[in-house]
Amino acid sequence: MSIVLLAEQILNGLQFGIMLFLMAAGLTLIFGVMGLINLAHGSLYMVGAFAAAAVAGYTGSFLFALLAALMAAAIAGAIVEMVVIRRLYNRDHLDQVLATFALILIFSEGTRWLFGSFPLFLDIPSYLAGPVKLPGGIEYPLYRIVLIVVGLLIAGGLGLMISKTRIGIQIRAGENDREMIAALGVDISKLYTLVFALGAALAGLAGALVGAIQSVEVGMGEPVLILAFVVIVIGGIGSIKGALVGSVLVGLTDTLGGVFLPQFFKLFLDVSSATNVGSSVASMAIYILMGCVLIWRPTGLYGKQQ
Amino acid sequence: MINERHFNSFMIAIFIIVPAWAYINDEPFTITLMTRAVVFALAAVGLNIALGIGGLVSFGHAAFFGMGGYAMGILAFHAQSFTPIIETPFLLEGTKSMPIIWLVAIALSALLALAIGALSLRTSGVYFIMITLAFAQMMYFFSISWSAYGGEDGLSIYVRNGFPGLNTLDPIQFYLIAFVILAFALFLFARISNSPFGLALNAARQSEQRVETVGLNTQRIRLVAFVMSGAVTGLAGALFADLNRFVSPTMFSWQLSGEIIVFIIIGGVGRLFGPVVGALVFVALEHFLGELSDFWHIYLGLLLLIIVLFGKGGIIGLICGRQRAHE
Repeated sequence: MSIVLLAEQILNGLQFGIMLFLMAAGLTLIFGVMGLINLAHGSLYMVGAFAAAAVAGYTGSFLFALLAALMAAAIAGAIVEMVVIRRLYNRDHLDQVLATFALILIFSEGTRWLFGSFPLFLDIPSYLAGPVKLPGGIEYPLYRIVLIVVGLLIAGGLGLMISKTRIGIQIRAGENDREMIAALGVDISKLYTLVFALGAALAGLAGALVGAIQSVEVGMGEPVLILAFVVIVIGGIGSIKGALVGSVLVGLTDTLGGVFLPQFFKLFLDVSSATNVGSSVASMAIYILMGCVLIWRPTGLYGKQQ
Repeated sequence: MINERHFNSFMIAIFIIVPAWAYINDEPFTITLMTRAVVFALAAVGLNIALGIGGLVSFGHAAFFGMGGYAMGILAFHAQSFTPIIETPFLLEGTKSMPIIWLVAIALSALLALAIGALSLRTSGVYFIMITLAFAQMMYFFSISWSAYGGEDGLSIYVRNGFPGLNTLDPIQFYLIAFVILAFALFLFARISNSPFGLALNAARQSEQRVETVGLNTQRIRLVAFVMSGAVTGLAGALFADLNRFVSPTMFSWQLSGEIIVFIIIGGVGRLFGPVVGALVFVALEHFLGELSDFWHIYLGLLLLIIVLFGKGGIIGLICGRQRAHE
């Protein structure tokens, strides 16, 4: 086990975690401000990826593809908010879960109907392809470095937006007391649509960025959605900081667990059963992490204590 | 408005007349469809204990459904390949006997529900939904990575397991087994919801503080309900695996967890026959819409959206009106 491999795996885990953050941030923001659990967030991730793949195929430009992903997801998010989600804010969680589950069905089958069942491919543009040399002699794909940097920039921007701008103040006020800020003259329904579209745009961007290193297919969003739920449970609902810490923890645990747990079991098992047991335990590692956090702090690392 | 009791009798009649008609006219496929509806209904009756009476929105009941399925798959797999499950520290062999498989399925899914419930019930609301969903996903990935039992491909069982005195490969006889189990589960559900335990569980959903003030431990009541709920759904999983003679990780999938909730919602939350109506309508839609269009899930989604947004109380609510208080 060399240092180079370890460093590579840590970077992989970081990259995975940062992309999870883009999903989790939107979810946690939407829950924090509107009190809504949105299962269809994974569909918006998928919408972003498909829009990017379609536009990249048509124009050949990766930047246009990313723009299309942002726009398509934000518009889809805004429409869904105005048509369906708006009616759910005062409902109980069961209704929210079911309505957004119904939206998943509609989005998934609709996409299958438009694009067919076969996966699409989104290529990494030539100027971002290939490896890059990092200090210490580590060769690492440039594109993944870009993903980490972009994700961190967005995390920083989101933090600044929420703590420094007028819209951020309104969002924080909305989390605390929605009647009060409505009484102060803020158009609350416009604010809600905006927050939802913002969350959707982040999910769409994540879908497009990840779509370039995986295949773009129907149903790609839901596994990521469930991981984002794990992130939120670990970080605490409503906390952007919690989402960032949780994402990185989940990303690192999943990636490092997949590599090192089989190695670990080789210390006292024979090779084939070590690989078997190791990969099985690795597949459960993040959920075990979630269980431990729940025992220690039921409302997550940065959640409000009950 | 039709009396709910009359409506329930009507539902029972459907589940007797349709298979009888199919049997007389030699339509085994219809019987299989009805068996599918009965098994789904059983899974949803299980969830209805937690969701309907206790208000616990579990989005992870596929974990128990799959657990029951794999209990059947693993036991039958070892029996058909004549290999022991474990040899040390004691010999444990597979079996092809349904009653034993059912007991194992119930026990294992109850244990899993105890573990998941103990962790998830530390929280409530949205956290609970996300955590149950996450644990079911954990079981899904675990079943994929456990290559000894087929991994992603699942396990095929060549001959349906046996029940003393019956030929289970005959569709109508297998249907009867499933039907009797469902009837028993409905009886159990009715007894639970009217028992002091069920009333306390119901009360804990409506006002947790008051129940605690009376001196009851709501956490423990909910955990017991969750375990019972998981056990019934696990039994349904074992039957489902036997119906298809196949288990695979899809029995653990999040879609399935969602569908089990959908059965209850279509029928009516907390109603005795809600899951039965919902499962029947779902299987009918799956069959008839599935013939019309490959994309029938769009219509299912739209129907579900309409029911959630505009129709309160599902189909039974529509036909029989609001639920009456306990007599």
